[in-house]
Amino acid sequence: MTGAIPTEPLTLLDRLWRDHEVARREDGASLLWVDRHLVHEGSHHAFAKLADRGLHVAEPGLTFAVADHYAPTRDRAGGPDQAREMIARLTRNAEAHGIRLYGLRDPRQGIVHVLGPEQGLTLPGLSIVCGDSHTSTHGAFGALAFGIGATDVAHVLATQCVWAAKPRAMRLTFRGKLAPGVTAKDMALGWIARFGADAALGHAVEYAGEAVEALSMEGRMTLCNLSIEGGARFGLIPPDAKTIAYVDGRAHAPGGAKWDDAVATWGVLRSDPDARFDREEEIDAATVAPTVTWGISPEQALPIDASVPHPSDTRHPEAALAALDYMGLKPGDPLESVRVDRVFIGSCTNGRLEDLRAAAGILRGRKARVPGLVSPGSSVVKSMAEAEGLDRVFREAGLEWVDSGCSMCVGMNGDLAKAGERVASTTNRNFRGRQGRGARTHLMSPAMAAAAAVTGRLSDVRALQANAATIEVAAGEGAA
Amino acid sequence: MSGWTVHSGRAVALMADNIDTDQLIPARFMSVPRSEGYGQFLLHDLRFDDTGASTGLALDAVPGASVLIAGRNFGSGSSREAAVYALVDFGFRVVVAPSFGDIFAANAVNNGLLPAIVSEAEARVLAQAAEDGMAAGGAQARVDIKAGRLRVQDTTARFALSDIDRTKLMQGWDDIDLTRAHATEIAAFRAARRAVPGAWPAGAGT
Repeated sequence: MTGAIPTEPLTLLDRLWRDHEVARREDGASLLWVDRHLVHEGSHHAFAKLADRGLHVAEPGLTFAVADHYAPTRDRAGGPDQAREMIARLTRNAEAHGIRLYGLRDPRQGIVHVLGPEQGLTLPGLSIVCGDSHTSTHGAFGALAFGIGATDVAHVLATQCVWAAKPRAMRLTFRGKLAPGVTAKDMALGWIARFGADAALGHAVEYAGEAVEALSMEGRMTLCNLSIEGGARFGLIPPDAKTIAYVDGRAHAPGGAKWDDAVATWGVLRSDPDARFDREEEIDAATVAPTVTWGISPEQALPIDASVPHPSDTRHPEAALAALDYMGLKPGDPLESVRVDRVFIGSCTNGRLEDLRAAAGILRGRKARVPGLVSPGSSVVKSMAEAEGLDRVFREAGLEWVDSGCSMCVGMNGDLAKAGERVASTTNRNFRGRQGRGARTHLMSPAMAAAAAVTGRLSDVRALQANAATIEVAAGEGAA
Repeated sequence: MSGWTVHSGRAVALMADNIDTDQLIPARFMSVPRSEGYGQFLLHDLRFDDTGASTGLALDAVPGASVLIAGRNFGSGSSREAAVYALVDFGFRVVVAPSFGDIFAANAVNNGLLPAIVSEAEARVLAQAAEDGMAAGGAQARVDIKAGRLRVQDTTARFALSDIDRTKLMQGWDDIDLTRAHATEIAAFRAARRAVPGAWPAGAGT
């Protein structure tokens, strides 16, 4: 177009930030409008601040409360007193302020980052905040989504806005295709191990490349969910046809003519081809292997066919030494020789239907050698999984099939491992004591956790997948 | 929250990388109201063994310590502001480290706790100075936000802090009051936002 004023190329982050910036202070801080505020039991500090000042919730219609962190998973009426009181407190606060609550008895209840997308609360182009660091999950839809602390939760409740400093833009491109048996979880653990748990501090990470585009929405959510474990408060993936197909028809997504209008506005939610990123990194997707953590930081991760590292061979030898001591591991031992005591399959990272299918695919017709808990990411996921018989697969393998909640990812509801116990876990943090004082966590994909259940040790899922294929072929030949 | 510019106190070092928020305050303590004081929970499982006896961490050897020197990626992990409450209620006003979790740093500044960034080499030297001062009941420290400088015993260093955080720590602003000054802009933004398809949830009537 002749005569048009040339505009500076923008990143997706630039666009989302601009679309939500109400004001900017002289020192550079932005006041951002919040389209969706998700609160959970942990918001009690923020509601107490509001009460202290006699303030009300500015936009109850944009605020949604969910019982997840303290949700009892075995008996909805049970759980520790402390957990029940936390849920009661959330219920009282939601009622007092006219906020919709997805409580324990609600068939839509679930972990906040599973529920938001499921209910169509999460849409491309929105700003979404929650007092939880894994709010980065919603960035998989091209939403500006980030975790905030209690002071900011109170601020959002009172004003529907939040003060924030604009992060720098980083792009992480996965070129090419993933190998069979490799998942979004492995991509995430892989990049964090390569660049470090603090690599993306101060940045929003936009994920790009063929391997990212090939991921399902579930996989993209897993990838964005783990952004914070690499230091980034924000993960972003531009919306495409898959995103739109996922959102279409969800309870709170726009309908009718408004749907068409919305889809039309989402088309621009991408980075311009010549947009400048503050940092660019590339990974050849074919080099990503099924990955497990061996330490107490997500950066302490290796391909499953590796051995426990010698601290001197790592980037941070002192940290590695402390990690091996806590984890009770010996340098040089093959990771596949490490015995586990239990497995956990669930969480906002890997508790979606696709994750449960992947785990069930390994467990079908097999027995678990160790006890384990399978907690669907939401009550909706639970129903869908039961409708296709996945619950039976887990039960017949010897695992416990329970209700939805954050469960053993953070243990606030009492689902904890004992001191010294080693857990193969599909969660997001292998921090010291995260799953119980003295408990040892190994992070991995759902299929890898299922493989660990079957063998009783850390295992390469590809071996079991190959076996499964052989068995199926053999059965097919027999039938013919 | 009141603002501050200069702080003098005693420094203590805890030179591990990745002291995450689960270590700063284990999740089981987070249902307690703030009024009960969170200092007792700070780094609980590192400071106390299973029987509740002290493990002799430096933190407990320097009464009244208010400047903490630590390794990289301090406060990584969850958004739990309780991690900051634990540090503040224990008496800390400053944490010095090579890097901080983004959400932790924001929470810290919201509570008047300075996250001061120094290089890894400087953190090690400052930690040594803090350890050298242990015999005398804790190293003397002085931190000047405006100048961006800090001193532990005779060791000095410049620290990095964004303009946004510097201003906020010094002014001790209450964000809610500050935001109210933007009421007109917020109302105008809201009105424009209402026209954006999807900006309000469909079928959200309860």
